[in-house]
Amino acid sequence: MAEATNIEKMLGGRWLDWLQGLRNLGQELWRDKTGFTGVVLIGVLLFMAVAAPLIAPHDPSTQDLRARLRPPVWEEKGTWKHVLGTDHLGRDVLSRVIYGSRVSLLVGTAVVFVAGTFGVVMGLLAGYRGGRTDSYVMRWIDTQVAFPGLLLALIILAVIGPSMITVIIVLSLNGWMVYGRMTRGAVLSVRQTPYVEAAEILGCKGKRVIFRHILPNLTSPLLTLAILEFARIVLAEAALSFLGLGIQPPATSWGLDVANGKNYMFRAWWLVTMPGIAIAITVLAINLVASWMRLISDPQEREKQFARQTTVRRRRQSRRLVSREEAGV
Amino acid sequence: MGRYLLKRMWHGVIVIFGVTLLVFVVTRLVGDPVKVMLPLEATLEQRAAFEKQLGLDRSIPLQFLDFVGDVAHLDFGDSLWQHRPAMEIVFEKLPLTIQLTIVGIGLAFFLSIPLGIIAALRPGGIVDRTTVFFSLIGFSIPQFWLGLLLIVIFAVKFHWLPTSGIGTPTHIILPAITMGLPALARLVMMVRSAMIDELNQQYVKTGYAKGIPFWRVVGVHAMRNAALPVVTLLGWEVIRAVAGYSVVVETVFAWPGIGLTAIQAIEREDLILLQSIVFTVGIMVVLINILMDMVYTIIDPRLKLQ
Repeated sequence: MAEATNIEKMLGGRWLDWLQGLRNLGQELWRDKTGFTGVVLIGVLLFMAVAAPLIAPHDPSTQDLRARLRPPVWEEKGTWKHVLGTDHLGRDVLSRVIYGSRVSLLVGTAVVFVAGTFGVVMGLLAGYRGGRTDSYVMRWIDTQVAFPGLLLALIILAVIGPSMITVIIVLSLNGWMVYGRMTRGAVLSVRQTPYVEAAEILGCKGKRVIFRHILPNLTSPLLTLAILEFARIVLAEAALSFLGLGIQPPATSWGLDVANGKNYMFRAWWLVTMPGIAIAITVLAINLVASWMRLISDPQEREKQFARQTTVRRRRQSRRLVSREEAGV
Repeated sequence: MGRYLLKRMWHGVIVIFGVTLLVFVVTRLVGDPVKVMLPLEATLEQRAAFEKQLGLDRSIPLQFLDFVGDVAHLDFGDSLWQHRPAMEIVFEKLPLTIQLTIVGIGLAFFLSIPLGIIAALRPGGIVDRTTVFFSLIGFSIPQFWLGLLLIVIFAVKFHWLPTSGIGTPTHIILPAITMGLPALARLVMMVRSAMIDELNQQYVKTGYAKGIPFWRVVGVHAMRNAALPVVTLLGWEVIRAVAGYSVVVETVFAWPGIGLTAIQAIEREDLILLQSIVFTVGIMVVLINILMDMVYTIIDPRLKLQ
């Protein structure tokens, strides 16, 4: 019985600690308004992608030829039935934008996961093994970095044919090198630190050293990199789909919708504008979060920010004092 | 210097060889070039004749040697779409892409330096924060969409500029802006952060203390030290523009350069023309890389010793 309460207490304590940590992070986020905006926007996007069937007013592929090219609601002929208007086949633009978020986020997540895992594994191998493994991996990375990825992507897409899977493969193939380079560099610098040497002397096996002692140190730079890469991939997927080399109809994708709307650009501006704004906001939100993360994970930057905040607070206080004195007089 | 250059060139050869290997594996082993290039209703005899014409009836190692020879001569045969040497088409289209790149990226480069320096003079100030904010927006906007918006605004609504194609000098304005804006955003951020780092160094204070004028300390002393990362990024922007953005921008503006031709080659399933484009641009990129290395040693003579 006593034991149970102890465990409960421990769990509760841990839970509270965790909550406290989250709260601190939240407060810090609240202070940086741009980072906060980014996180909120990403939250909205995630909700849109997950709950698309629930919140979309129409099916994204249902055609209604009688209601073709309807403008958004605030235009003269707009109706509340199609808030952002309809396209050349009478499909609801708002629903298509909502469903399009699924493709962008799915491709982004998949590519970051595949490229990130592969890159980190290669980087760890190169950095920890050193010697010949290192030089082979690095030469491979150098070779791939020196050649523009899109050119290879064009050939691969032309031969294998475009689909969501090919897009994921192509973008992963082009994107893993950054993770590899960063991981290797970090491993090389961490390896020399006393605690890794201590772990090795204590008899830790290579696997344990890598996963328990080295990898946790790489979490925050890798996370920031992954978020930045995510933004790049959302743009790349949109561009490939726009060129007709990415997601294929009848599936929906923001890039694809911009390409479709291009032909009706002069008559129906909303067809191009709406999905484009969706892409821009998504990428902007991710970039905002990434730059906030870079700020809070860099001790030097944190110090600067702290100093700045203290000055602002002091200035505010002294101003308050002055005004109070003036009021008193 | 000579030895260094030789080493870089050798590396370039390795890169091209690696790409040759990869393209060979993708086109011959993973995919079927005949299936891609011939229409579905082609008869077996037609297929056999076509395979023979391309040398696909031979063994894989021989085919690979053939392919390496093609790459070495930079000659892949006649375009299936236009029925003339593919390289002829490539050299016809290439100058237009280079022109677009020079105007677009050049514009971005010359604007980025003053903007970045002004932002860096007071980090965290109002000018700095505005610059950073607009840069973030600049590289968050999808390029193809930016191009379409510019067409709608400046060509359709105000009739100031032509919508697409080539001809008069005004035709290049919109595609060049589209090409340059994301590059401008990234370059400004780079100039800014490099300059902030340099302006915090001791030698800057020494310079002021000695009475060197402000513009000289910032524009000459700090700028020269901040140049290395900026030039690196500039090189990358040129490479990305030639080998990536050109495809998107030229498609949007119907600018008949190499990028638009690549998309047309894919649409018309002309693998020969596509390969010619990929390898030509690839070799150009490798050459730009070598050029960048040479520029580094001029900016920072210490690199020569290594």
